[in-house]
This record gives sequence, C-alpha cells and structure tokens, in this order.
Amino acid sequence: MTRTGTRATLIAAGIALGMAANATHAQTIKIGVNEPLTGAVAASGNFVVNGAKIAADEINAKGGVLGSKIELVIEDNKSNPTEAVAAAEKLIVRDKVPVMMGAWSSTYTLAVMPKLMEYKVPMLVETSSSDKITVSGNPYIFRISPTSGMEANAFAPRVGALKIRKADFLVVNNDWGKGAADVFAKMLKSKGIAIGVVATMDASAQDLNAQLSKIRSSDADTLFVTTAVEQLTLVLKQAHALGLKRQIITTGGSQSPDQLIEQAGAAANGSYHLLFFPPWFPEASPDAARAKAFVAEWRKRGFTFAGLTEGFRGYDGIHTIVAAIAKAGKAEPEAIRKALWNTTLTGLNGKIAFTKAGPAGKESGQSIPAVYVVKIDNGKVTLFR
Amino acid sequence: MDELLQHVVNALMLGGTYALLGIGLTLIFGIMRVVNFTHGELYAFGGYMIFMCTALLGLNFYVALLVAVILGVALGAAIELLLLRPMRGADIDTTMLIMIGTWIVLQNTEQMIWGGVAKSIVPPLSTEPLVLGPVSVAWLRVFVFAAAAVLIVATYALINRTRLGKAMRATFQDRDTAALMGVNVHAINTATFALGSGLAAAAGALLGTVFVVTPTMGDLAALKAFAIVILGGLGSITGATAGGFILAFVEEMGAGYVSSGYRDAMGFLLIIVVLLFRPTGLFARAERIG
Repeated sequence: MTRTGTRATLIAAGIALGMAANATHAQTIKIGVNEPLTGAVAASGNFVVNGAKIAADEINAKGGVLGSKIELVIEDNKSNPTEAVAAAEKLIVRDKVPVMMGAWSSTYTLAVMPKLMEYKVPMLVETSSSDKITVSGNPYIFRISPTSGMEANAFAPRVGALKIRKADFLVVNNDWGKGAADVFAKMLKSKGIAIGVVATMDASAQDLNAQLSKIRSSDADTLFVTTAVEQLTLVLKQAHALGLKRQIITTGGSQSPDQLIEQAGAAANGSYHLLFFPPWFPEASPDAARAKAFVAEWRKRGFTFAGLTEGFRGYDGIHTIVAAIAKAGKAEPEAIRKALWNTTLTGLNGKIAFTKAGPAGKESGQSIPAVYVVKIDNGKVTLFR
Repeated sequence: MDELLQHVVNALMLGGTYALLGIGLTLIFGIMRVVNFTHGELYAFGGYMIFMCTALLGLNFYVALLVAVILGVALGAAIELLLLRPMRGADIDTTMLIMIGTWIVLQNTEQMIWGGVAKSIVPPLSTEPLVLGPVSVAWLRVFVFAAAAVLIVATYALINRTRLGKAMRATFQDRDTAALMGVNVHAINTATFALGSGLAAAAGALLGTVFVVTPTMGDLAALKAFAIVILGGLGSITGATAGGFILAFVEEMGAGYVSSGYRDAMGFLLIIVVLLFRPTGLFARAERIG
C-alpha cells in the first residue's frame, strides 16, 4: 500500500514537473544555435555564441518579441559535420525550434542543409562563406555573411595598392578554403596577376612546414591564406620560422587579429586581414553607437577582445532572426521563412536585407555585407582603405 | 634543391617527435599488450600541464616541462593501479573497452576544465629562426628534436641496459617464469605503463609548445602513434624510432611533391604496403609473447 502510494506520488510529481517545464517553455520563443564549441574551431564558435547571448539579453531586457522572451537553445557541433547534422536534428525534433542559426563552417552548414529541406525549418547562416551554400536551391537558407565571391569582389579595388604580381594560396582543405582559393584566383587573374602554388591543409593539421616549404620555393610575392584563427596562428609562426618573406593576406573574417598578435607575435606583423566587423574602429560601423555599446558590453562580460570579430556575427544573426519573428507575427517555421524575405535592419556589419540567390523557384536569401581590410603593423591593428 | 633540403630538415624535426610518440606507445601496446587508447590523452595531459605550470603558476619553462612529465608518469601509474591491475588476466577485449572508456573520460574532463579554446604556450626561446644557407628552422623545433633524442636514447638504455629493463623484458616474455625468478611482476606492469605514459606526456608538452594545446589534440597524435608502432613492429624501440622518421618523411615528401591534401593518406598508404609484405612490421623480431 505504502509502496504504491509512493509510486503514485512520484508519478504525479513527475507529471507536474513535466507540465511545469512545458508551461515555462510555452512562454519563451526558442531559437536554435548550432555552433562548434569544442574541437578544431572551438574558439570561433564560442565567440559567436557570446555575441548571440548579448543580443538575446538585449532583446529580452526590452520585453522580448511578440510578448514572449526568447530562449537560445545552444548545441555544440564539435567542429564536425556529422555532429552538426545531429545537433540540427535534435534542435528541430526535440526542442522544436522554429528557426536556427548556424553552423559556422561551410562544411557543417552544407551538411545540415538537407535537414532544413526535410523538416522545413529556416536557418540563418552567420559565418559560412562557401558560394555553394546559396546556389544549391535550398529555400530555407538565409545568409548574412558574405560569400567568398563577394569578399573577392570587395577586395578587388584594393589589389592595386598592394602591388601584387603573383600570388600563392594556402587554404584549409574544405568547402570554405577551396571555394575561397577558386574565387580569389579568378579575381586576381582578371587583373592580370599570376597564380603560383595552391596548397591545401587538413583542418586539424598542425605541422604545415611541408606546404610552406613548397610555397617558399615559388617566386610569388603574396600569399593568400584561408582558415580559422587556430590554424592561422600556426601558419604565421611556421612561415616566420621558415623565413618566408611574403605579403600575407587572409580571408574569411574568422582571423581575430588580436589573437594572432598575442599568439603569433612578430610573425603576424605586416599581414592583411579581410574582416566584417572592425571592433578597434567602432566608428567605422554604420551604426556607430550600437557598435560601441556592443564592444562595451563584450568587455563588461569579460570576453576576450580578440573574439569580437567573430562575436558580432552571433549578435547580428539573433537580431535578424528576432526581427523576422516580429514581422512574421508568430513563431512558426514557414511564417518566419517568409518574413525573412521582408526583414531589413542595420546590424553591426551594415545593412541586412536578403536578395534572391540560386535557381529560380527555390532561391536562398543572401545579404550583401560590408568587407573591411585591416593590417597588423608592429603589433597594432590599423584600418586599410 | 633548396626546397628538397628544407623538406628533409622538416621531416627530421617532425620525425623526432613522431618517434617519441611511438616509443611511449610501443612499450605499452607492444610489450604489455594493452591496446592503450589513453596514449593520446596522456599526450594532451602533458600539453595542459605545461600550460598550467608556465601560464598559470609562472614556473620556468624547463622546470614546467619536467613537472609535466612527472605528472604524466603519476597519472599513468594511477591508471595502471586503479584500472588495469584489477583486470590482469582478463581478455584483451575487456581491457580495450576499459581503455576506450578512460580515453573518453579523460578527454571530456580536459574539455570541462580547460574549455574547448586552444591554449598557447610561450617558450623562452628566440622566435627568430636558425638559418643555415637555404634551410631555416625554428629554435624551438631544434630544442624539441634534441629533447626527443635524449628521451629516446635514455629509454633505449633503460630497457636494454638496466636491471629494471631486464625485468620488464622478462615479465612480458613470460610472466610466470619471471615471477618465479623473483621479479615483482605487478610493480613491473605499473612501472612500464607509467614510463610509457611519461613519454606521451613529454611528447605532448613539447609539441603543445610548438603548436597549440586543445582537448582533442591527442586524437590525431594517438592515431599516428599506433601507425608508427605498427609500421616499426610491436615492442621494438628501434622500430618505433625508425617508424617515426619514415612516417615523417613520407608525409613531408608526399605533401611537398604529390598533394598536400592527401598528406595524412600517404602515411597510411605506406602502412598498408608494409603490412602486405611484412605483416609484423619492419623491425619486429619473431613473435615471442604468447
């Protein structure tokens, strides 16, 4: 008797708890966040999440959206495309998020994309730059980061000032790296600049001496590097140790120049970096007041300054998603997807608005972001115009 | 020609560290016959310990290196005493499962304590490279090569020239006979595992300084270590050393002259070829352990 009584109480308590949990969930609007928090590119993923949290707190402090608070459901994709798919599926099926942000690397984003089609849930892409993402005919993709092609075009007018005669490439062996090498080579060729060695490196590779030695024997004067900040640090250090005297230009916006200065020291001097938010010069941002407030909040929370060049992506991403939810009038996937097409706002990078990209009838949304070029000069970051 | 010389030097530097990774594992995997999945985690542990000692405790780099190795030996001894000793006599699958579990626990603990973001260690050596004609190499790599060479020679001497080494070899040749001859086989097991772990921690501390320290740094290292041990032949220190250098040369030349994208594939292609023609590895003597 006592035993059944206890069991009944337990079951009742369990049901009550379950209902209580459901009740709190009903009050919030969930947004899925799929980022690499551990593994090879963990630093970047964590920075994006920090920015996303600042945006969410800012929005909730002002009362949330549609009368509800927003709740970020953050999943770690472990710097691995298979895990990125699992994280997306978990967010959609178990957490029932109506919209997601992710998945940092082009390779993870491309892996997740079929799941968006399967479950009909839109995803805002905050970092990935592979051109493939927006031209594959996936109507659930909305990207606020530039494609490598856009980056190359934005960089084209600055090529003359850098006096490039012949360029080599060292890129991470994935969709992002190889895509960047293709479009930058095409852009340089159109300006009559010769292309030398195009070397690739595995995303988790640490010893890059073989690639760099090969590049050293080429007669080029400039080296374009596309990879995440961890590997980039190693590239700069090892290039310096090999006595590689090149003008180094990095692409992709995930380079954190401050982290390079801190970890690569003198080896980072003289390098140029294509970025999408320059936290050293918040006044260069189209919404200077907001950029200053974001930088101040970032510092207040004790995050490393170096992470701001990535952190803004999460901030802009969540603000875009919430603007779309407000426009949709309800937190449902299809309504949000439709609303994203009409969402416009000014983010830290610049104006965010989606234009159609890819095959007719199933276009993806692509915003056209601003691109900044900075130079590391004697351990200081300067804006290169 | 200049490029070839540089590739050769790169391969030598890399080979030294691969050899160090290989000999630590060959002691445990090759002699003890424990499929040691924790090798990579001991490697990462060494990296984190030197980071903790230099960046957080402010110890001198060389002292920190020593402390990292000693802590690696201690962790290795603890794993052997707590997890492997109760399993002595169990079949190889059981111990393998225990080691896989330990590997996962250790890696996740590292992640929990240190976070997923890479840590960087600043060595007290000039960042300006050593330049010899057409060849250029970082001083840190030279130091790491020298340290690896000292550790390899010392281990070789320990196994082949000391009473402890003799007892180790005897124990793993025939446990029962060794025990009858008065060898404390339990202590020998612990000592061997601790020594192999210490070597892994040393490799991690040295390479963590050259590169960066991350919780998953051990995965690739362990994979390479297993490849080196299989290439050189189980239980042979000479084999592991040679295997390390051969793997480094194949990777370096493959990346330099064939395709940088298939760098890691080159090494494993070589292993397949070696195993086809010499299934026991390049340097293994005839199988002696039952």
